[in-house]
This record gives sequence, C-alpha cells and structure tokens, in this order.
Amino acid sequence: MTAIRFLVNGAPVELEAPGMRRLLDVLREDLGLTGTKEGCGEGECGACSVILDGDVVDSCLIPACQVDGRIIRTVEGLAALTPDGRILDDLQAAFLATGGAQCGICTPGMLLAARVYLDAGGGPDEDAIREAIAGNLCRCTGYTKIVEAIALAAETGRRPAGA
Amino acid sequence: MTSRTPERPSAQSTVATPARPAVRPAEAVIIAPGIAVRGHLITRGPIRREGPAKLTGDARYADDLVFPGAWYGATIRSNLARARFLALELDPGFDWSTVVVVTAADIPGEPLMGAVKGLTPDQPVLVPVGGDIQHHSEPLALIAAPDRRTLRAARRAATVRTEPLPPVFDPLDSDKVFVSHDVVAGDLAAGFAAADMVLEGEYRMGHQEQLYIENQAMIAVPTDDGGVTVHGSLQCPYYVHPALMRALAIDARQARVVQAETGGGFGGKEEYPSLLAIHASLLALKCHRPVRMIYERHEDIAATTKRHPAVVRHRTGVLRDGTLVAQEIEVILDGGAYCTLSPVVLGRSTTHAGGPYRCPNVRITSRAVRTNTPPNGAFRGFGAPQVIFPVETHLNRIAEALGISPLEIRRRNVYRLGDVTPTGQVLSSSVAGLEVLERAAEAVDFDAARAVTHRARLTGQGWDAVATSPLRSPVRASASGIGIALAWHGCGFTGSGELRYNSIVTIELDATGQVRVLAANTEMGQGTRTILPMIAAQALGIPSDEVEYAPQDTALVPNSGPTVASRTAAIVGGLLVNAARKLRAEVEARNDGRSFARVYREDAARHGASRASDQFKPFPGQPFDEHAFTGDPYPAWGWAACAARVDVDLDTGEVAVREVVAVDDAGVVIHPILAEGQVEGGTLQAVGYATIEEMKVQDGRYLNDRLSTYLIPTAVDAPRITAIMVEAPFDGVPHGAKGLGEMPMDVGAPAVIAAIHDATGIWIDRLPATPERVLAGLTASAGANESGRPGSGGHDRPGGRP
Repeated sequence: MTAIRFLVNGAPVELEAPGMRRLLDVLREDLGLTGTKEGCGEGECGACSVILDGDVVDSCLIPACQVDGRIIRTVEGLAALTPDGRILDDLQAAFLATGGAQCGICTPGMLLAARVYLDAGGGPDEDAIREAIAGNLCRCTGYTKIVEAIALAAETGRRPAGA
Repeated sequence: MTSRTPERPSAQSTVATPARPAVRPAEAVIIAPGIAVRGHLITRGPIRREGPAKLTGDARYADDLVFPGAWYGATIRSNLARARFLALELDPGFDWSTVVVVTAADIPGEPLMGAVKGLTPDQPVLVPVGGDIQHHSEPLALIAAPDRRTLRAARRAATVRTEPLPPVFDPLDSDKVFVSHDVVAGDLAAGFAAADMVLEGEYRMGHQEQLYIENQAMIAVPTDDGGVTVHGSLQCPYYVHPALMRALAIDARQARVVQAETGGGFGGKEEYPSLLAIHASLLALKCHRPVRMIYERHEDIAATTKRHPAVVRHRTGVLRDGTLVAQEIEVILDGGAYCTLSPVVLGRSTTHAGGPYRCPNVRITSRAVRTNTPPNGAFRGFGAPQVIFPVETHLNRIAEALGISPLEIRRRNVYRLGDVTPTGQVLSSSVAGLEVLERAAEAVDFDAARAVTHRARLTGQGWDAVATSPLRSPVRASASGIGIALAWHGCGFTGSGELRYNSIVTIELDATGQVRVLAANTEMGQGTRTILPMIAAQALGIPSDEVEYAPQDTALVPNSGPTVASRTAAIVGGLLVNAARKLRAEVEARNDGRSFARVYREDAARHGASRASDQFKPFPGQPFDEHAFTGDPYPAWGWAACAARVDVDLDTGEVAVREVVAVDDAGVVIHPILAEGQVEGGTLQAVGYATIEEMKVQDGRYLNDRLSTYLIPTAVDAPRITAIMVEAPFDGVPHGAKGLGEMPMDVGAPAVIAAIHDATGIWIDRLPATPERVLAGLTASAGANESGRPGSGGHDRPGGRP
C-alpha cells in the first residue's frame, strides 16, 4: 500500500492504496465518484477520461501511484457549486440544449475531453472539435450533436467561474 | 423541469421561464432538483428528462450501484466451439469454502431457456456435466467470491475437461434449420418469361457487434421470501422477469426486475440480460448475498449476441425500362448455436427481402440455421439491414446494366398508395417511399452530383496510372462517389407479436395530484423517458413537465411489452394516448366538464387517486398468417432514404464516408432533437457496418473481441450527417407515430456501397467494404482492363485511356 495525496475537483484527498491500483477504481470505488465510467479497460473508448493536470487521460491506464501530488478533475467537478445547488458549466448546458447526451455513458469522458479542448482555446471549427474528441467513442449519437454542443460552448466563449 | 414548452415545437423554443419562484441568482434557471443553468437555454422541445443527471455524473448505471456486502461473480466458459463437457475439476489446493460454485445441478427450475414466450427453450442456462457444448465462450459454471482477488484465484483453480466434437461453422453446411419460410406471389415463371433481362447476385454480411459503451451488467439481491431482485442494464424487464421465474422456480412476486440507467442497448440488451440475471441470481441465492456480475469488454464481445450473418441470393427479371417483373430471393441467416430470437429476426428479413418495390411475381424463401458460434440476436434493424443491402445493391446493378440512373429506377418501382406486397398487404395509407427518396435526392442534388463524379472519371482524374501506384492519378490519390438507397421498415412487431404480449399501459393521477405514466418501456438513450410523458401530456392538455415517468421496476409498472422493434413511440405511445384520454374524460365528467388541466389537482385532493389503462387491441386489416406468411405483417410501414458521399483512397482501398443525408418517415415526430439523434446515431452504426465493423471468426471464436481490435467509427471517421424528417402519419394509432430508431440502420450501408461503386466502378457484394476488399476489387478491375485502370467494367462508366 502506498500513501497517495492529490486534489480532486478542488478537494484534497489522502488515501492508502496499492500503487498499481487503477485511478479509475480509486475514483469510483474508494472515493465514490462514479461519474467516471469504464467501457473497455484498455484505453480505447475514453469513457473513463478525467483531466489530470490539465490533460485528458484514460483513468483506466493510470496507476494510483502516478497521481500523487497532482490535480484531477472529474465530471462531478464541472458544475459550479453554489449554496443553492449546482450550476452547469457552458459545456454541460450546451450538451443539454443540442441533445449531445443520449445513453449518457460516454458523456462524462466526452465532456472532459471537450473541456480540455476549450480551455486550450479551441474554437467552433468542426474538424478541430472532431480531432479533440477522437479518443472518446460514442455509439448513440453519430457525434453530430456532440460536435454541435462543443461548437456552441466555444461560441458562447464563456467559462465557468474558476476555470 | 420547469419549462412550459409546446409539445411539438416547430420553431426554436426556450426553457428559460421557471414555473416556481427562483431562489437562485437572477440569471440562473433551475432545470432539475438542485441543478440550474445560467441564462437562457435555447433548445427545441423539452430537455431530456435525465439529461442533467447524465451531464453531472449523478446518473446511476448498474456498476455505480452500491450493495454493502456484495460478492463478485464470474462465469467459467468453454474454449471450444463444440465439445462434450466431461468434468469441472476443482483444485484441492484452493480453499473452496471461501467461495461458491454453481453448476447446472444447482438450477432449481427449468435448465433450458428461450429468448421469449412462444419460442422453444433450447439454450442451457449452464451446460451440464456430460452435456454438449455448442459454442465458444458458452457458460459452464459460475463462481462468486467476496473480493476480486479471491475470485481470480478461484477461476484459476477451476479447470474444464472436454472432449472435442466436430463443429459446423458455415451456415450453408448446417443440417439444423430453426425456422424457414416460403412466400409466393404471382407467377414467377411467367414473370421471368416476360423479362427483358435477368440478373443474379449473391450478397454476404458478417456479424456486427452492438457495442453499447456500457457492458452487460447485473446485480442480484436475494430477498427474505426466497426470491430475488435484480438491478441491471437491460431493455426488457418483462423478458427477465419470467426468465427468473422459470429458471429459479419462483413465483411472480418473488422475482423483481429493476432497470438501472442503461448505457446503450441497440438490441444487445434485449434477450441476453435474462441469462445474465439468472446467473447472478443463482450465485446470490447460493451465497445468500448480493452478487455483482459486471462484464468486462472482452467477455461482453466474446460471449453475447451479434447481428446475424447472412447470405442472400437474388435472381431478378426486369423489363427494358427498369420495371421489376420477377424477384426470386433466398435468405439464409446464421443463427448461431441456439434458437434465441432467430425466428423473429427471420420473420422481418422475409417480409423486407423484396425491398420497397412493386413486383407482381415474387418468391422469397428464407431460413435461419444453427452453427457452432455464439447465438446471434437482436440488433437495431433486426434482420432488415441484412436484406436491404442486397436488394438495394442488386437494383443498382440492374440499373447500371440497363443504363438507367439509380434514382430513376427507384422512382419507377417504389411502392405507391394501393400497391400490394408479396404477403398480400394492400398499402392503403401512409406510403411515403417516393417522398423520402425525392427529399434525399434533392438534398444532395443527386443527378448533378453524379454528373460531377461521372465527369471526373471521364477526364481521368483519379484513374491515370503513375509510377508509384498502378491505381492512382497524378492529380488525385482518391476517387469520389455518391450513392442513394431506399428502404421500408415495418412498424412494431412482425405478425401477431403484439397479440402475444397484450401490452397494458397505465396512467395515474395520484392522491397528491401528480400525474404519472406507468409502463415497462426503458430509457437507454433513445428518449423513452422524455417522449412518453410528452405524449401523455398532449392527450391530457397539460405541460409535459407535469407528467412523471415511473421507474422501470416490475413491482411498480405493468407489462407494456419490450422496448424493441421501434414500438415504443408508436404502439406504447398509442396505448398511452388512449389511457390518458380515458383519465381525462373521467376527471372532466365529474368536474362539470371543466378542463383536466384546470381541475386535476383539485380533483385528486377531493376524490383521491384515479387510474386508467389501455390494452392492446388488434389493428384493422388482414390478420397475418404466421405459417403461410400471408396478410398484413405490420399495421403500417415507415420509409427511409439515404444519400452518401465517399472518397476512396486508390492506394489503400480505404473508404472515407464524407457526408450522409438521411431522410426518415416516422409517421410523426414527437421530439425533434431526439428524433434527429436517432437518425444520426443509426446512420453512423450503418456506416460502420458498411465500412469497418467486421468480426473475425476462427474456429467459432471471435478473434477481435476487444475494443482495440473491433473498431467502431470515431468522431473523425464519422461523416457529417444531416437528418431530414418526413411525416406520413399512421391512422391506426391516435397520435400517428410509426417508429423511427431502426430505419436509418437499414439504408446507410447500401448507400455507402453505391457511392463506392460510383467512385470506382467496383461492386462490393460482401460487407463490410474493408480496404482489403476494395483494393481487391480495384486490382481485379485494373487487371481486367489492359490500360491498367480500374473500374472500367461498368456499363455507364467511361472507357479506359485510349
């Protein structure tokens, strides 16, 4: 067991885990952050995508020992927390408006890949958006409305507080 | 939700006005309990019911559910396609008291299961020792352990001993026919005698994996009364419910099925969850604890159902002007090792085999046969894509041979109002084949686009040989083409399927004044949870956000039938309208005729809860004879067309699908965004079927049983997809819907294959059009032409370089 400390969605976490435990399992089972999904367990589908120090990564391929001292953001950390509840960020609101989520199982990973793209200054260009989410498989939407959602969020140009 | 949007908005609407006083900052709008958006959310129609939960990570899928003390279950499977199961050997060095092992001897009820009521149960829940293994990855025994490490150790300590038996893999070699049909209309011999030309062809398609991104998942929890409650990822709670009762020998109250949020199904979670629920329950009842069975991707692909592979043969007689006069069609579906849903799938293949075309003399013979591969089952389209690709490609070859455009030959033959199908159904309403065809052609300016690709070939662009490649030109390394396809899709179940289920839908006004729809139809991404309340609300004259949708839990909701066959909006929706109208009439009658919307809350406070239900009644029209295959197989037909543009890489044979315009007639569109979503998603699955999705089978085992080897299209592979909705309402249901989800799956592949032909002159008769197959076609075509250029064999293609 290894002592591991990191920040997840702004909150400090300290836990003991086998060093090679998958970050995916640490998030889902140790921390109860089940918004991060498992689709293939081998880094192909992107359902388990999280943001690690600003980069989108497959949490099924990251051992717990590698996240010590780092900053993680999951889907649970996208909406802004207020005393009255959560306010969706522009990307989440855009997915809702365009119909970018169907079954929803790829949605958390898709949102995080898109968040990294937008945070890096990505714009509404369709080809660039498709490239940015090429590591995240969706079987429901044909990607049309996901691309629309990300373009819409890019156009509104707004960012959630603190991002 | 707090919106009061129109139920069928034709223009953009907004969900920005809160119905309750906002406690949020002025610019924030509550859209779900505890969740808000900033400013105005511009959308069309009500937002997806569970959308906020899916976007925040709140939605609970099966693997997200926590059951304290739950054990983990696993399946011991065969590694041969056919064998005698001699023994399960348990290593005495392992402490077996720490786990439970279940074999066929532990099954308290029926050892064999059938997919649905009315089909012969032939699939063992677990193969018994001494019994025959019929396919690779077949379940032989189950193990549950308190943690994953112990489970892994126990699996390693269990060995299966088998004696190989000779397997059958080619459906043409099979000696076991699950079901067959023979449909005859007119006089086939006279039809061929009158024909100016007769063309024959054979078309083949392999397996296709549904590839829902959430794997199969089931958790069984034993209950105090000796029964079990299962929570799982599933399409049909009332398939799982009787399956549990039969296998576990428990009664209806002891079996309870609860759907968790479901991460895609596409047919793949129609029948398989029944088997998985039995497995998890057997373990749970033996270890007296909840047991989680969550498949990994590898196991999910290796063991669960796929789209049926098919061999389809056409012999067609036509007049010089393209008029069809004789169609002789043979359809063979590879059912895999057990019957499962093959008879039902074959029924749809048979009724759809001739395509949406008038032909007076037809014979369709069809059969589904057994092979020693995992059982094939439901997948969006359900036997129709396997016959639409052949009939459409065959028609294109006829058009080419006659020098008629693919668009024109369809115009000349497509069913019109009053035409009669091979089963004797008179198409007396809601016939929109020509309309969807023309809309697709117009959207891409088909004739003009085809003239451009034609000119490109004439000028030799993409064709002249260069030193580095015999296939590419100095100008372009790729060739572009456009193709069009047309299909029909029968609404709801084939034949008397609905009669077997006698579906019931209930609507209630509870004592607190809440209106709620009670139905078993599941949300798996397609929008059930959003559209059924919309349909009810419209019938009641209230906003849709005032109608709840009850959870899909067999303890709470009646059996409104399975969520399959694109029947939810059409059939279940129709029952719901009738139930809602009854409730509305009852409430209005006891309130002096004042409108339901005005009085329902007050009525509930005064009179308590009210309920109304509606049960399926046969549609008017000829009854369908399931043996002779005559009559009306469907109460109505939906119509779909699709135009696709492709670029074919002439060096590699790789096909890039650039653009697809899909036109679908769903009867009526209930929710514009959700409807488009169905068309876009179904279209991409069809594009995958056409180009890259291929299951490699060796010795009855799927070789590419991982996501790194079975490929589906990414966002970069996907074409730009435009959905165009057409509405030709069905008058047999009060709201006019005919169903939508499957139609885009039917037309995508033949349109892509037609576009590949337009680009290259080669015909692909076997799906998918992998680079290897396309390159083989290009090379053969180049070899057949001394100029060294491919694609010059086609009738309407320009000749080679002088």
